[in-house]
Amino acid sequence: MNPLAGFLLVAALLFSIGLAGALTRRNAILVLIGIELMLNAANLNLIAFWRYGPHPEALTGMMFAIFSIAVAAAEAAVGLGLVIHLHRHAHTTDLDAMNRMRG
Amino acid sequence: MSFAFYLIAALTLAGGLAAVLLKNTVHCALALTVAFAGQALLFLDLDAQFAGFAQILVYIGAVAILVVFAILLTKGSETPKGGVYSKHWLAGLVIAAAVFSMLGWAVIWSVHAVPRGPVGTPAVTVLDIGNALMSRYVLPLEIVALLLTAAMIGAVIIAMHEKERAK
Amino acid sequence: MTERLDLIFVLIQQWLVGFLPGAWRPAAGVVLSVVAIVCLFPALFALTTVFERKGLARIQNRIGPNRVGPLGILQPIADGIKSLTKEDIVPLSADAVVHFLAPVLLVVAVFMGFAVLPMGRNMALVDMDAGLLFFFAIGASTELSVFMAGWSSRNKYSLLGAMRAVAQMISYEVPLLLSSVAVVMITGSLSLTKIVAAQNQYTWGLPHWYIFTPWGLAGFLMYAIAATAETNRSPFDLPEGESELVAGYHTEYSGFKFALFFLGEYLAMFSISGLGTTLFLGGWSAPLQILGWVPSWIWFFSKLMLSIFVFIWLRGTLPRLRQDQLMNFAWKFVLPLTLLNLMVAAAWRFLGDGWERWVICSAVVVIAYTGMAWAGMRHGHFGPRSYRYAE
Repeated sequence: MNPLAGFLLVAALLFSIGLAGALTRRNAILVLIGIELMLNAANLNLIAFWRYGPHPEALTGMMFAIFSIAVAAAEAAVGLGLVIHLHRHAHTTDLDAMNRMRG
Repeated sequence: MSFAFYLIAALTLAGGLAAVLLKNTVHCALALTVAFAGQALLFLDLDAQFAGFAQILVYIGAVAILVVFAILLTKGSETPKGGVYSKHWLAGLVIAAAVFSMLGWAVIWSVHAVPRGPVGTPAVTVLDIGNALMSRYVLPLEIVALLLTAAMIGAVIIAMHEKERAK
Repeated sequence: MTERLDLIFVLIQQWLVGFLPGAWRPAAGVVLSVVAIVCLFPALFALTTVFERKGLARIQNRIGPNRVGPLGILQPIADGIKSLTKEDIVPLSADAVVHFLAPVLLVVAVFMGFAVLPMGRNMALVDMDAGLLFFFAIGASTELSVFMAGWSSRNKYSLLGAMRAVAQMISYEVPLLLSSVAVVMITGSLSLTKIVAAQNQYTWGLPHWYIFTPWGLAGFLMYAIAATAETNRSPFDLPEGESELVAGYHTEYSGFKFALFFLGEYLAMFSISGLGTTLFLGGWSAPLQILGWVPSWIWFFSKLMLSIFVFIWLRGTLPRLRQDQLMNFAWKFVLPLTLLNLMVAAAWRFLGDGWERWVICSAVVVIAYTGMAWAGMRHGHFGPRSYRYAE
């Protein structure tokens, strides 16, 4: 078991934990938490491949991960803004209760 | 693989598990912060110092606080009536398990196919990252700047209190 | 002789570590430095509490503590015994784990910030390539502990104080970072030791400290404002204002945990002043070239204590800002000026050596400051007091 495989397995496990959280929880914010975990797992994959890949001085993996962190922050901000707006409209964040098209 | 790697990986996975399993939403957000911190330590273990510190600054310093504020503004600390898991939790769990088995199988099956490259510590300084950002990656940099501006304005507009209609 | 005095702590460390076998020496050296930091800064904290109480008292025309020891110098010992022996009350409905972890996280995060400050010529604990980024990343973690403290107490006033404190800290974090980015831009490195080394040069006997440049002076002023707001010091201390919110987010803390919060706040003040000294005031370099024989660590700590004195002076003199005034100030005044400061620093770099760059950069900075201040006052927001009564 080389180090790269270890990091990739940890990233895969973190991804599936995030996916399970996003699919099984009721609260909309917890779905967003699951999404953040999935993004983190992908970043870990990128950096692990950057480190153990053939050309670490080309910085491709590191750059990709840095941009991914920035985009994830933007997406978290907009997503949570939407959840707040939704709560103001429906007075709940329970996703199982939002099962009708008409508000 | 070193003992430090096992410890940090265990911490990250424990934080992630706690973040999706706990009942109290604020506890979930704090466990998410622990997962972010573990992830930053994993980045430092991989000699990616800039990414590690950027992870702490952006995720723990901004995203975690954002999640916590959103929980407080939507009264997320109250437990909903039907429990915290949705009706279709079993399907979600099965899907996640399937995804993990597929990814894990792909990793383990290709364990011998590690790319042949230098395995010493890459000497990457912040100066190299700055140079790369300004020369090769300048277009993504500008696009991300536009994206962040748009996201900031959009988030403020979406979450703003609408003016009351005149009576 | 003066070089040996300058390097005395490094020499002591090497002598002590020399007693151990070779393989243990690096780790032992690091542990020794950590122990030195953990002992020195709380001792400075104790000294500062007396300094502050006496200083504030004199500004307010009274005497301050004068019973314990000559001139009240032993007061921190009495305070320490008091806080260690008081009962540790945890409210029944409080979240015990989070309530316990909040002060711990604060103190740990603040101590980690001291690791990158260069306190003397070769005396930075860790010389990291991205030292400044590490410092700000660790500083961002303290906001979370403030929130944890306020939320876990299950108390309206604590939560309100915590939300205000976190909003204030994130608002002022952006100007803090941006004013430091101007320094990084001119130096070309994020490493704090290199930033100090770049300021350790002398022209006609006067130093190249960044505060003596137009953009450096503007940057230092904005760094000082943002640092005062980051550490919740007056005039930005609404979250912990005793007359407004009981004690804000540390209302429900007593005994040793309250002492830890107090320690964390003062240590944050020390570390942010230390960073300001490193970035703008030349760190451990001497003010005049002829004074270079004085050990470097004496200069660093003198500048640090001078910054602390200015913090205490501000606390005793200025009235408190209201929450909306504070946030307005951050987003509408300090932030645009830090952005302008970045451009002025860039112009400084590219206008070449000579008197033109001094004139142009100073003119831009002065016009911008006075223009924005005049524009702010014109709309009456910073104008004379107006009263609104409850209906």
